[in-house]
Amino acid sequence: MKVKAAKEPLVRIAKRTDISTGLSYGIRAASVVLALLACGIVVMLLTSGKISFLEVYTEMLEGAFGTARRVKITVRDTCALLCLAVALAPAFKMRFWNIGAEGQALVGALASCIVVKLMPDMNGALLILIMFIASVAAGALWGIIPGFFKAAIKANETLFTLMMNYVAIQLVKFFAVLWEKQKGAGVMSTLTTGKLPQLFGVDYGWSIVIILVVTVLSYIYMKYSKQGYEIAVVGESENTARYIGINVKKVIIRTMAISGALCGLAGFLLVSGTHHLVKSDIVGGNGFTAIIVAWLAHLNPLIMMLTSFFVSFLDIGTAKIASTCNLNDFASDVVVGIALFIILASEFFINYKVIFTKSGKKAKEGK
Amino acid sequence: MAEAAIELRNITKRFGSVTANKNISMTVNKGEILSILGENGSGKTTLMNMLSGIYHPDEGQIFVGGKEASIQSPKDAFDYKIGMIHQHFKLVDILTVTENVILGLKDEGKLSLKKSAARIKEICDMYGFKIDPMKKIYEMSVSEKQTVEIIKVIYRGAEILILDEPTAVLTPKETDNLFSILRNMRDSGKSIIIITHKLGEVLSLSDKVAVLRKGEYIGTVETKDATEQSLTEMMVGKKVSLNIERAEPHDCENRLSLTNVSVTNKEGVQILKNVSFTAKSGEILGIAGIAGSGQKELLEAIAGLQHLKSGSIVYYDPKTGKEENLRDKTPLQIRDLGVRLSFVPEDRLGMGLVGSMGITDNMMLRSYKGGKGMFLHRKDPKTLADKIIKELEVVTPGTDTPVRKLSGGNIQKVLVGREIAASPTVLMAAYPVRGLDINSSYTIYNLLNAQKDIGTAVIFVGEDLDVLIELCDRILVICHGQISGIVDGKSATKEDIGMMMTNLPESKTAEEDAQ
Repeated sequence: MKVKAAKEPLVRIAKRTDISTGLSYGIRAASVVLALLACGIVVMLLTSGKISFLEVYTEMLEGAFGTARRVKITVRDTCALLCLAVALAPAFKMRFWNIGAEGQALVGALASCIVVKLMPDMNGALLILIMFIASVAAGALWGIIPGFFKAAIKANETLFTLMMNYVAIQLVKFFAVLWEKQKGAGVMSTLTTGKLPQLFGVDYGWSIVIILVVTVLSYIYMKYSKQGYEIAVVGESENTARYIGINVKKVIIRTMAISGALCGLAGFLLVSGTHHLVKSDIVGGNGFTAIIVAWLAHLNPLIMMLTSFFVSFLDIGTAKIASTCNLNDFASDVVVGIALFIILASEFFINYKVIFTKSGKKAKEGK
Repeated sequence: MAEAAIELRNITKRFGSVTANKNISMTVNKGEILSILGENGSGKTTLMNMLSGIYHPDEGQIFVGGKEASIQSPKDAFDYKIGMIHQHFKLVDILTVTENVILGLKDEGKLSLKKSAARIKEICDMYGFKIDPMKKIYEMSVSEKQTVEIIKVIYRGAEILILDEPTAVLTPKETDNLFSILRNMRDSGKSIIIITHKLGEVLSLSDKVAVLRKGEYIGTVETKDATEQSLTEMMVGKKVSLNIERAEPHDCENRLSLTNVSVTNKEGVQILKNVSFTAKSGEILGIAGIAGSGQKELLEAIAGLQHLKSGSIVYYDPKTGKEENLRDKTPLQIRDLGVRLSFVPEDRLGMGLVGSMGITDNMMLRSYKGGKGMFLHRKDPKTLADKIIKELEVVTPGTDTPVRKLSGGNIQKVLVGREIAASPTVLMAAYPVRGLDINSSYTIYNLLNAQKDIGTAVIFVGEDLDVLIELCDRILVICHGQISGIVDGKSATKEDIGMMMTNLPESKTAEEDAQ
């Protein structure tokens, strides 16, 4: 008989059966701090010490809040991200992996521009209303298509929504070539009509108000409405949904229509409120970043206000450092990626604990 | 004096804040059968998983053949000649017996299926297995698959066999067969540990019984000194009455009639064939059969979750006396007809409840659509949740704690409580006591009896024949999706039912041949 020496594994991973709310928030807070520390360290390494550890943070704060204009941009970016994250929440709650927010927002933006193009003589509130409706409808359509195929033939929604992004990008390019004098640039030119006015003397004021209202409504919808309840049941178990008589297909299509429509709304706000044009990268990857924002908030729209702010802050702050230190844009992406990774990893320590058997003591929580 | 094959000393294993095994010490000798007895959740399987290398103890030592052993993986376990037969078989369906047996083995020299097959044949002859080494797994019955698992561990030279609830999937006759094989093995000097919670089996098979309760080791007794009553008391910790009261059914009238119901699954395989029976109000109709004989599909067909290929399901409304055909109606349409049909499905968290929601939200599942407007009304469900927690003694931190975090018994109480709260005229329950401890099981039996008393037609799908015979007024026996007969609960014997579970009466077989 082969007999090995009795040995114990050094580290064991055990699933937590229960965790106090305090500890779980403690771990999350610790991960945010750790992520910010990592930002500082990585930046110092990248700039080979050109700026000191503390300067990293003052630079970031300066970038995000240094001037009135910067504050405005930070708020604007936060809202753009928030709108997409809120749009994804119902789909994710249903365990429908909608990674097509980018495309759904893009067709929404395109629809607004097409409306303006087709109605050159129209102006004012009516035009904006028509743009709004067109964008929401286009986004909803972009959500309904994969939703329908998921419901009808169980088509894989991940691939489907991903591919719809590329269709949307090519559509934008198609219309740009069709209607623009400057062919090939892929940009439909700056709009002169159909701009959202200032609200209370603030640029983007309407966008901010609309998005905050949508966020609160979405929270109420998911938590207190019958439809929100159906979404949760379908997401947890389709069998349970069938057992109590929920029409699963209807719920899938309806929820994807809502998710797509909110993405379309985000597209409308990008065109009418911010950029006044459409190009294929107008959403700028926010459709994907929003996935992280939504999950960091555990799909709670109110908490998404915090997480979208945090992600935007990191983005803007590191971009500022990149420009100060003559790094390229990708450097800031690297830093943001590392920071988000650390925060997402904290979920591991919330679900599991690490036990060091040698010392016989429990591992320090929150690493 | 007998030689110890395995000795456990002060074994402790924790999962998070739960202590699954606490300071357990026990010994198994060579040529001995030890039963490990305990209710669900008492830590039996956890303990054995530490012997087979799936878990590692937090504290304590394991001695194999007198030497301290460190078992880090199932492979280590085999090196110590320990083999475990799990509840869920780990076989590759499309391979033959021989291929499954040698899978993952690193034998010296060239792979020779012939040689291996011959060795398997030898093992079969030695212990009395009846199996063809070249048969494919998917062509096998459950009991044959279990035999393959046993051969697999013996082939690998196991001297110590651990069987986790081996009889749960077997008919009475197959169980007897398995037991005689296990006795043969014992007589040839192997040590056998069998995990079970069935008292009858413990008494008929084992030499010694070790009892666990809530992760703690209660003691080991010689089987010859034990009785059903004494073992139950060790298991539960207090005196328990093991009798189920069966009141005479009264005011019986037809409530639900199935006529020639046939169902085929997505692959086109016929699951139910010409099933006809009538459930009456005020009685409990039991359904017995080997797991997977069509019980699930039968209940789902009645609940409107299965498409019928042919046949009809007629409901007799007790108030209006009208007859409603439920065939091809959705659960919602059935409810809209005013049919108060409650259904406790087999898969509680996969079908009956939503694991991530609290008790209140789970109470709403059937009624959430009620009330005006687009918003949910949580007041009544909350009241109901509080009522069920109180009346059925559900242990939970609160009404908002996700039901997934509750124990199996409490989850079942929540589900059964909700289904009964809908004041059903027909109550269907599939394996409602599976995984429950004795006390919870009796709570459920009492609830079913109370429903029977107030005139509900109760349909009870069970697996423990003793319980079926004690609880049910009539027992319908199902075999390969057909009804092999309906017997009276008072006069039926376990052996009769066991026979009917595996064999259709000749009239039906003749019918089949004619087709």
